[in-house]
Amino acid sequence: MKERLVFGYDPFVLPFLTGMIFIIGYLLVGTIRIIICLNGRERKRLLTIFHPATAFRIVKDIFADCLLHIKIFKRNVLLGYMHASIAFGWFMLIVLGHIEVMLFTPQRNGILYYPIFFRYFVMETEQTLRGSFYFFVMDLCLLIVLSGIGLAIYKRFKSHRLGMKRTTKLRLGDNIALYSLWLIFPLRLLAESFTADISGGSFLTKGINSLLHSFVSNPSNISMVWWAYSSALGLFFFALPFSRYMHIPTEILLIALRHAKIEATSLRDGYSEAEIYSCSRCGICIDACPMTFNNQDVKFTSVYYIRLLRRRENASVPAGMCLMCNKCVELCPVGIDSTAIKLINREILNKRISFDYTPVNLSDPEINLAEAGKAKLLYYGGCMTALTPSVSFSIFKILEKAGIEYIHMDKENTICCGRPLLLSGNLKDAKELISKNRKLILDSGCQTLLVSCPICYKMFTEEYDLKNIRVVHHSVYINELINNGEISVKKSADSCVYHDPCELGRGSGIYDQPRSVLESIMDLKEAPEEKRESICCGGSLGSIALSYNNRKEIAKGSLNNLMRYSPDILVTSCPLCLRTFSSVNEKRTADIAQVVYEHMI
Amino acid sequence: MEEFGFKISKSTRIDLDSACQSLYNQIASKVPDIRTCINCGSCSASCTAATFRRTSFRGAILHINRGFDKKAVEFLKSCMLCGKCFLVCPRGIDTRNIILEIIRSEEG
Repeated sequence: MKERLVFGYDPFVLPFLTGMIFIIGYLLVGTIRIIICLNGRERKRLLTIFHPATAFRIVKDIFADCLLHIKIFKRNVLLGYMHASIAFGWFMLIVLGHIEVMLFTPQRNGILYYPIFFRYFVMETEQTLRGSFYFFVMDLCLLIVLSGIGLAIYKRFKSHRLGMKRTTKLRLGDNIALYSLWLIFPLRLLAESFTADISGGSFLTKGINSLLHSFVSNPSNISMVWWAYSSALGLFFFALPFSRYMHIPTEILLIALRHAKIEATSLRDGYSEAEIYSCSRCGICIDACPMTFNNQDVKFTSVYYIRLLRRRENASVPAGMCLMCNKCVELCPVGIDSTAIKLINREILNKRISFDYTPVNLSDPEINLAEAGKAKLLYYGGCMTALTPSVSFSIFKILEKAGIEYIHMDKENTICCGRPLLLSGNLKDAKELISKNRKLILDSGCQTLLVSCPICYKMFTEEYDLKNIRVVHHSVYINELINNGEISVKKSADSCVYHDPCELGRGSGIYDQPRSVLESIMDLKEAPEEKRESICCGGSLGSIALSYNNRKEIAKGSLNNLMRYSPDILVTSCPLCLRTFSSVNEKRTADIAQVVYEHMI
Repeated sequence: MEEFGFKISKSTRIDLDSACQSLYNQIASKVPDIRTCINCGSCSASCTAATFRRTSFRGAILHINRGFDKKAVEFLKSCMLCGKCFLVCPRGIDTRNIILEIIRSEEG
């Protein structure tokens, strides 16, 4: 292999070269801007990414998430292949191009365009046999990329075949980048086919060369096709910052920032900016969002929320609408925590308002907790259980059967756990309620705090710092009672389906214990979307602005999913979900405590 | 002429036309639900905060409807946004959204 052109230059490289220089400059400025926004402590943390163990994890994640797209593969094989083939195939083409330059024309090392247009600048010699291996691998990679592009074009027309009911609407910048991306690889194939009989090629490029011999052997066409290939690349680079494909370079930075344990602290700067630009607008969150049962509310989904932020527009309406069920975050292939950004948005919105809890005095004699220390078990039902007394009644019956003494903390007077305030962005007020409740719980001297509401459970475990007190949700506690033989249950012929409440499932990772309880008393059926993909009931206190009718639509949609295999009973372990589903479910809706109580021997 | 018999006394009816309903209308333009309130009082009856201080969503709505905006805020100052009022409301009024709007109005 030797150089064909003495100067190693041809004017056709200019579109690519200017595009490349533009995008490198743009990315440098962007990265510096993000790092400037970090505070001193965060910048210090950023240095930890150079630690070998962390660096290894970052590289591993970049390979798994940015190139191989393992998360998307797990969701849908075709969709995963589409992403992985384009990303990994293209990456391999670039790497192999560089290796070829290093091996065959080391004097051209460091010239930006040389590895990309290598085939144009070299010609075969007697010893090209060494290069035939690379020709083959390059052609193979190109074929893989082309198959991915083919799938991408197919997906434009029939997205549901690749597991997506809906995708995002594209804008001008997206369209330019998309079509230039699609053009790059067929043009590369054509361009390399031209030079296949000069510089060598393999099954693909040689094949095209012999097929289209009359066209490709005409030297006046060569320059035109290489110009087109270079222009497509240049156009793609120029459109990149104005398109969703900015996620390709930004995701690498995001992964590094995430491993440095940096979190979003503002709406638009620093880590949030990296998240916003990392959003590929793939639209997986559109199908995930429970609000999209109503097609009008698609505009409130995370992908469009992030697009509003990216364009520096007011995004407080979708931020207020969100149910905070976290399904979009759970399924996001990039791992963008849009819920955290929305919370910051709400905090900014409610920055100037405050509530006044000075009259709230929990040292009321009615809450006599002095005996709680003896009982060891403190039960907190929370506001939602106060509206569904059958839940606490069943729990008490179960506890009595097991011979466990308990004290009902919020029998008479109670205050909220503070999670609704936290979710509405009133952090300061939430902290006030936390400190009042926390003092009461710590003063009681109990060992275990039993909670029947997942909203309170998440709050107590994450925000309260209750020292040695064990916080346990009743579904987990009942499972332990059954396993330890403290209560015994009989199995009935009824069938049921289990709804994972957002705060207990995705929020706290409790999926198996409630299912194990239900399997011991009934025939547990599956739902098409369950566990981490469970659909919010629509009652969530996370949403501030969602109207009753919209919530009802969500409840019906979520119910449809749960009742697909027609179980007799819908069981949940959240009093709020219980109430929401009860109003739309024609069959029975019950709490896990209720059904266990009914099946106790 | 000597006065005798009955005469028309001044009306004691609350005249909503003369009340300043600017806040009420402003909130109604954002959350139209507010107009469907029937003042049943389910919200006040279930209120968590009401055991500590006079807290009533119903009271607040009545007051902003009559133009007493500051008093309305007093009715909601200890609200914990727990959402019980929303769950018990027979009209499905988005109470928490309205509460936040009323509290925000105080801040200008």
